[in-house]
Amino acid sequence: MEQKNIRNFSIIAHIDHGKSTLADRILELTNAVSKRDMRAQLLDSMDLERERGITIKAQAVRVNWKGHQLNLIDTPGHVDFTYEVSRSLQACEGALLVVDAAQGIEAQTLANAYLAIENDLEIVPLVNKIDLPQADPDGASAQVAELIGEKPERVLRISAKTGIGVEDVLDAIIERIPAPTGDLDAPARALIFDSSYDQYRGVVAFVRVVDGRLSPRDVLRAMALGTKFEAQEIGVMSPVMKPVPYLSAGEVGYVITGLKDVSELRVGDTLTPEKNQATEPLPGYKEVKPMVFSGLFPTDSDDYPDLRDALEKLKLNDAALFYEPETSQALGFGFRCGFLGLLHMEIVRERLEREFDLDLLVTAPNVAYRVRGLNETEWTEVHVPSDLPSAIDEVEEPYIKASVIVPKEYVGAVMELCNERRGKFAAMEYLSEARVHLTYELPLGEIVLDFYDQLKSRTKGYASFDYDLVGFRPGSLVRVDVLVAGESVDALSLIAHKDFAYDRGRMLVEKLKEEIPRQMFDVAIQAAIGARVIARETVKARRKDVIAKCYGGDISRKRKLLEKQKEGKKRMKQVGAVEVPQEAFLAVLNLGDTKKS
Amino acid sequence: MSARHLYVHLPFCSHRCGYCDFVTAVGKIDEHGGYAEALLAELALESGKLGEVETVFIGGGTPTYFEPGALRRVLALLPNAREVTVEANPETVTSEVAALLREAGVNRVSLGAQTFEPRLLEVLERVAGPDDVRAAFYRLRDAGFDNISLDLIYGIPGQSAADLERDLASALALDPEHLSAYELEAKPGTRFTHAHGAELKRQADQMESYFELVVERLTGAGYRWYETANFARVEGAGDEGDVPRDLRAHHNLGYWLARDYLGVGVGAVSTIEHRRWRNLPSLAGYLKALGNGEAPPREVEDLDQATRALERVMLGLRLDEPVPWVEAEAAIDPAGLDRLVRLGLVERTADGVTLSRRGRFIGDAVTADLLT
Repeated sequence: MEQKNIRNFSIIAHIDHGKSTLADRILELTNAVSKRDMRAQLLDSMDLERERGITIKAQAVRVNWKGHQLNLIDTPGHVDFTYEVSRSLQACEGALLVVDAAQGIEAQTLANAYLAIENDLEIVPLVNKIDLPQADPDGASAQVAELIGEKPERVLRISAKTGIGVEDVLDAIIERIPAPTGDLDAPARALIFDSSYDQYRGVVAFVRVVDGRLSPRDVLRAMALGTKFEAQEIGVMSPVMKPVPYLSAGEVGYVITGLKDVSELRVGDTLTPEKNQATEPLPGYKEVKPMVFSGLFPTDSDDYPDLRDALEKLKLNDAALFYEPETSQALGFGFRCGFLGLLHMEIVRERLEREFDLDLLVTAPNVAYRVRGLNETEWTEVHVPSDLPSAIDEVEEPYIKASVIVPKEYVGAVMELCNERRGKFAAMEYLSEARVHLTYELPLGEIVLDFYDQLKSRTKGYASFDYDLVGFRPGSLVRVDVLVAGESVDALSLIAHKDFAYDRGRMLVEKLKEEIPRQMFDVAIQAAIGARVIARETVKARRKDVIAKCYGGDISRKRKLLEKQKEGKKRMKQVGAVEVPQEAFLAVLNLGDTKKS
Repeated sequence: MSARHLYVHLPFCSHRCGYCDFVTAVGKIDEHGGYAEALLAELALESGKLGEVETVFIGGGTPTYFEPGALRRVLALLPNAREVTVEANPETVTSEVAALLREAGVNRVSLGAQTFEPRLLEVLERVAGPDDVRAAFYRLRDAGFDNISLDLIYGIPGQSAADLERDLASALALDPEHLSAYELEAKPGTRFTHAHGAELKRQADQMESYFELVVERLTGAGYRWYETANFARVEGAGDEGDVPRDLRAHHNLGYWLARDYLGVGVGAVSTIEHRRWRNLPSLAGYLKALGNGEAPPREVEDLDQATRALERVMLGLRLDEPVPWVEAEAAIDPAGLDRLVRLGLVERTADGVTLSRRGRFIGDAVTADLLT
């Protein structure tokens, strides 16, 4: 199809503002899917995505409308996947910005809108859910118009649920979003904006062809990584995979690569034919490096091989996932895994538990540290807090530049939070009369635990948050160890700034006292920096635990209670003689709770 | 297959106490005769399962509330045994009833005192007052009973440590041969828990020491703490040559040694070899089935060898005598045993395994750790 009849677009929205419903309606209206086959929210194919109301992996669907080819490119919707979102947006010329008519603009609306603006996309604003009784289409339209500098009359008003106004949306896509303008005769260049792994066909790359033409049997090269392969099949999703003889400039589709490992093909890379190579790759590729780490241990140590197999399989589909074996004194054999962020970690954990039926213990997340030991010249990277040597010359931690966009009444709250988290103020600017953009430099280590939750709760969900890594910087950091009944529990060690170490240690010990049930003996819980104990609590021994009456009629009940008690122990980890419930290992996660009050 | 221990359930009470979760029926004096016939019919049906009977225990309900004619008839038809115990509530023990029991061959009475504190008796909704307990006790003595057990309950809402001390002193003043002391169990869903649950929760910390107090006072008074909740007076050697009596509850020892037992009556449980069955609690269903000459409706549980072995250890560890190795070994986790011995909660003896004094206070937790 000629480029002038092609439109590539994304839908961007805050969670629950109706992105998936709108996508469903578009597929239905364009007869890409018959009503009978309509599985609600077709684009979100993973159960997990549907339950969490988020889209994890981007996909692209081709539909036809009034003689035009429309390619809908779905985007992930969370800060962890900002890079993937930006690649998806780069594959488009325009975006539908969906805002809930009752809720108005929210955090991700902003982050996504700014991403779209950065990528020079034509934004088609629309207000959704106008059929709801509490809808305020005028107010929401005014907000979104102000945000993107449009006239309020240009904001479309729809109900994706009932279908009202959706045809107008399709017309607006054709009228307002520019057609692609690639060079058909130049050497082919295609942007990889997503990839997935198919058990039978290997790695599938989702691409936007920018220049030239891709055909099956072409030998292609990924320009950044240098990976070479023969395109086994080229096609489009409409919405199921359908082979085509070629994809040319402006079009969106998939390439079956036959590669066996997704890490050989990275999102953001450029595909070009081996024989007729482009000289310049498309801009914007960067290697995504995990900065958040956490230990994953099987609850039952017999499941270790299953966990290893599961991680191998998951990695096939998730190039950003990193893992290496880890041995913990307290938790046994497991893996230290690296993630893009907290949501990524949560998704991996849930997939492991759900798709692979594994019962896991996940330690509190931490960041990567760079360390130079005493009298050493070499720097090493530390991914596990308990690995931080106690005698160090220098230690560095990753810093981020954080952007927070927030209504002006919450500026104070955000500044307070950033100060609590060792943030350094960088800039403040008014985006409009009501909206402020704050920039802070913060240690990533202060973000990984609960910063995002705190930010949301202190700004009533209004803050939008995004960050970029700015590199490693020296810090006065110390390792705080936890001893339970005299035994150091490596999985509970944490690294903190020395000014905050005492507070963190004390809070952790207090939290653990609540989490560790009374045992058959007194249990001392201590926090220590090196040999110095900085906090101590005692869980007093139980004095009685026995059912008084046990006669002929009570025996079965007593036996069942005993079995239940034993079952409960399985959820415990043995630390020396002490049974520690799995939840206790997450105590460090909840330290922020106390700060709220 | 032959059980040497027979349990007989007489479910009737004049009043149902709030904390009680036994199978009971209030009043219905006119049904007692019919119930006695049904009970004897069940006993006749099951008599093949009985061997030489060593102990009989008639429990309830309130067996001494049972209509005297019917009670006499039941007692007359029960097999002879070395120990025949009847449970009694103080207010029902008249001289006549005491004499009736004695004449019918009953040689042990378990008297439900619970507490001597009027305020706390009220909380428990007990009918008898403290002096009724004493009067009943002396009537039994007068009738010739030389083996009487008192039941006490501790951990009653509003009970202070001083209240408990006084209760123990009052009980000891009667010099019973045997004492049972139960911590009040507020089972979810009972009327009692509904009324007093919050108060109990509030007092939980304070009451944690009551069990220790009970054991200290009773062992201090020369009683043997032979089972978690049971204490037997230790008799010195009597006049020359007399063997001192073993005053433990031999019927209940049968349960704790995981022996077979037959239970008859509504709600009664039996365990014989690889089967346990429980007569369903419906009185009407029980009467109807036996009226037709059929076994009453039951819930049956199959017990394999391993389960019985596990129960043997689980129950045996409640006693102050070791569970012999040969019986315990298969059910015990060696690593758990080592750890618990190190913690001073379990003791290895020459021929078996037993809980230490401290281990017995937290016996359920220790047992859960010890068993595979």
